Amino acid sequence: MTRIPLGMPTPPGAAPAFPAAAARSTQDATLRENLRHATHTIRAKRAAAVAELSDWAELRAAGAAIKDHTLRHLDHYLEQAEAAVTAAGGQVHWAADAAEAQAIVTRLVRDTGEREVVKVKSMATQEIGLNEALAAAGITAYETDLAELIVQLGNDLPSHILVPAIHRNRAEIRDIFREHMARWGRPAPDGLTDEPAELAEAARLHLREKFLSAKVAISGANFLVAETGTLVVVESEGNGRMCLTLPETLISVVGIEKVIPAWRDLEVFLQLLPRSSTAERMNPYTSMWTGTSHGDGPAAFHLVLLDNGRTDALADQVGRQALRCIRCSACLNVCPVYERAGGHAYGSAYPGPIGAILTPQLRGTASALDASLPYASSLCGACYEVCPVAIDIPEILVRLRERVVEGGAVTIRGTRAVIRPAKGHAAERAAMRAARWTFDHPRALRAGQRLVSRTRRLHPRRLAGPGRAWSDTRELPEVPPESFREWWQRTRGPQGTA
Amino acid sequence: MVAADPGPAGDGMSSRGRVLGRVRRALADVRAAEAAADTAMAAGPGTGAGPAAEAEAAPPAGHAGQGDAAQDYAKRDYAVRDYLRVHGSRTAPQRVALLAENLADYRAHVHHAHEAGLPAVIARLLTERGAHRVAVPHGLPGDWLSAVTAERVPDSADLTARELDAVDSVVTGCAVAIAETGTIVLDTGPGQGRRHLTLVPDHHLCVVRVPEQVVDALPQALELLAPQHPLTWISGPSATSDIELNRVEGVHGPRTLDVVLVTVDEPPTG
Amino acid sequence: MRVALFVTCVNDTLYPRTGQAVVTLLERLGVEVDFPAAQTCCGQPQYNTGYRRETEPLAHRYADTFRGYDHIVVPSGSCAAMVRDNYPRLGARAAAEGRGRGLADAAASVVPRTYELTEFLVDVLGVTDVGAYYPHTVTYHPTCHGLRLLRLGDRPLTLLRKVRGLRLLELEGAEECCGFGGTFAVKNAAVSAAMGTDKARAITATGADAVCTVDNSCQLHIGGTLARQGSAVRPVHLAEILASTEGTEGKAL
Repeated sequence: MTRIPLGMPTPPGAAPAFPAAAARSTQDATLRENLRHATHTIRAKRAAAVAELSDWAELRAAGAAIKDHTLRHLDHYLEQAEAAVTAAGGQVHWAADAAEAQAIVTRLVRDTGEREVVKVKSMATQEIGLNEALAAAGITAYETDLAELIVQLGNDLPSHILVPAIHRNRAEIRDIFREHMARWGRPAPDGLTDEPAELAEAARLHLREKFLSAKVAISGANFLVAETGTLVVVESEGNGRMCLTLPETLISVVGIEKVIPAWRDLEVFLQLLPRSSTAERMNPYTSMWTGTSHGDGPAAFHLVLLDNGRTDALADQVGRQALRCIRCSACLNVCPVYERAGGHAYGSAYPGPIGAILTPQLRGTASALDASLPYASSLCGACYEVCPVAIDIPEILVRLRERVVEGGAVTIRGTRAVIRPAKGHAAERAAMRAARWTFDHPRALRAGQRLVSRTRRLHPRRLAGPGRAWSDTRELPEVPPESFREWWQRTRGPQGTA
Repeated sequence: MVAADPGPAGDGMSSRGRVLGRVRRALADVRAAEAAADTAMAAGPGTGAGPAAEAEAAPPAGHAGQGDAAQDYAKRDYAVRDYLRVHGSRTAPQRVALLAENLADYRAHVHHAHEAGLPAVIARLLTERGAHRVAVPHGLPGDWLSAVTAERVPDSADLTARELDAVDSVVTGCAVAIAETGTIVLDTGPGQGRRHLTLVPDHHLCVVRVPEQVVDALPQALELLAPQHPLTWISGPSATSDIELNRVEGVHGPRTLDVVLVTVDEPPTG
Repeated sequence: MRVALFVTCVNDTLYPRTGQAVVTLLERLGVEVDFPAAQTCCGQPQYNTGYRRETEPLAHRYADTFRGYDHIVVPSGSCAAMVRDNYPRLGARAAAEGRGRGLADAAASVVPRTYELTEFLVDVLGVTDVGAYYPHTVTYHPTCHGLRLLRLGDRPLTLLRKVRGLRLLELEGAEECCGFGGTFAVKNAAVSAAMGTDKARAITATGADAVCTVDNSCQLHIGGTLARQGSAVRPVHLAEILASTEGTEGKAL
């Protein structure tokens, strides 16, 4: 499989459009079962965790309002955060795109003289393809989150925001550990079984040596408090604490939309995130740090503020609400399309419903894959319902579909541009226009209905050409002998007819 | 300091300037709507503030510059906070009972002790654990370990993580505990130690003074904590949901978390 | 009371029985039904596929067609949701683009007058027992837009529970999408079919005679999938069940 980070230009034709990739996933029985099992497990748990709080709706509204306010004054809060982090002993760097972020982090690691870094699971670094960039510079990045470890050892791609190895079941994980751990460090224990506790133990032993010797760590952050300059990492395993505490240098790559105004605002997000994400009242470990602390934790702290398309999304009045996202992955877990397509079909660090609205905004809709993502949804709305910051994902999907088929004004890497409709929609556009014309002329509609009804005995049961997409798996409806409007006219007389 | 990351050759603009410039251009519609609302406000009361006022009230007329406007906005509350500060009302014993229940629900081992009996409880738990070496943070009340026979490893500036890896247990206090979520927060204050102290050993024994260190809910805890100190929020032992989205306890952090809820003995009366 | 029926293009063309059932039902409840023949389609297929500009004339048409009616009754959750949720968005976008407030005003005028059938029955007429008789076992699939956009809640089930002779069977995973999704059904045919297959299996597993929804567009997909699987379960619109009485119940299934 080829990894295609957001920051890299997508090689034309390298990534199949979503429908083709998803179609392949639907044929993979193991993948289907792994995803069904995992997503259904977490769905019920999330619902129970949320139901414990009688004020969930109010928390959700407050979360959305705080994020919206921050986004509306993002320049102010970024500058405030920068000043606070700097005052607390941190160094702040700004990266307009993936290449700049890669260059900054690579330089910072090189300056330490180290060739190895440990990493906390971070969507931002995955988005910019940081591990690959570091590898090209001769620096090895060790992923320390259990699921990221599984992905890294298996030379695989992440397929879920919270649980990047969700597509793997316990037996597959055991095989990956047995086969690949030795190449990266301490081998898997002899006789390793597929008991989750044993697998976790194997990961503990494998990574402990890395934690104890690491001099540089790279993380993301869940929140950046502008008022105080505090960074927050929410995690479960303790690998985050290890990376944030033990090394001498810490580099945190943080998307500019992660900033929140005030310390107090954490009271909202620390209630929304764990329950939406792992369905827990509170996740096992949350680390908060402000700059550097004498004698405790890294002596050097670098914050890399990452744009990489976020300001392009911010420029879209409908799409900007996607930047509220706190990466909980609740939308993935309830999505019937994600459940059947799997995360890889989305071709980005961000799979599922949030990926379908985020990736085309961060990367644009120029490639076939990116143009197909807004259509990777039946618009059922389950994602919006569970989103803890009330991102109206279906609304943005439709907005992005409009961008694909109608083109229009967009912002690309900070520059306003007018894009043309995507290729490959000409026949559809003609059909939509024809349908609209017909619907705008009821007499034509009636004539068409009559034609369909009168020829109904001649209709094939299965269609050829594009219609096969329907009739391969579904019978066609039987066409009635007369339409409703014919019946009405016949039985209710001429009154009220057009 | 703010590191100077030079922009791509020749364009003379820093990445910082480029990103902030993009942000400001992206928000042109927001600023325009605010300006319109501003004008409407300045025109006098009752004119209606227009669509921009839906999300937040307009800043006072006559403000200077965008940064000031944003600061004016930030001074008033920008979100309706009609969520609960506490979910339900509890007496102090109920609060402590809920903390114990939620700690146990996430697989922490909960123990109760009176102040006078605390050293014995700590000693017993360390013995049961088979701890030979125990890490001790600065400022741990002197008598807590008075009954402990294991070797004490005091925290010090040159105590390394590798040395801590050879320590069996660590005993600490905490800054605050949250009943509704079963969470203990450490702020590196006296008796809590530097962050790695409670991270590397596989067994963490944490003493919570009840009821005074226990709050009902998360918002109350945030008010008591100072972000200037590194904070570690702990809700049960290390865990993962990474295998089939099922929770399994015990990965990198301490796999065993003992929490001793200690009550201050009643002062003798009469 | 006099209401306008917006039958929807799918019902008009493919499921006239549903429209007829609505007329029968409402007239039985003492409501006078008009069918303004200038009506066509709400524009949902265009809008949800991204053709916003193609949708605008249809939104105007809807507003013009139903001017003067206090109640517009729609036997489709997704078409009612199209009007209520998306017409205001269309109007706001057009206004923001400097094309005037005409569409926004048109949207604002029809939103409060547009009712999905079960809303009209329960909220406006205040009836839950419509005097229906339907001696079959039925399972109910809450279609997504009725469930999540209109928030129909238990209105359909309340109505079904009052139908004499009807035995309601619970559907596992009822709130999961059937996989129709308009053009999604052909643009992502494989995923749509996988969702439909799972939904159809769950429906068949109930052992019901019929699966009931408030949306015939979803039924097109569910029914087509059930038929392809050789399932004996028949799709039926809620209106057809509610229209059934002792003398007519044979017709609806």
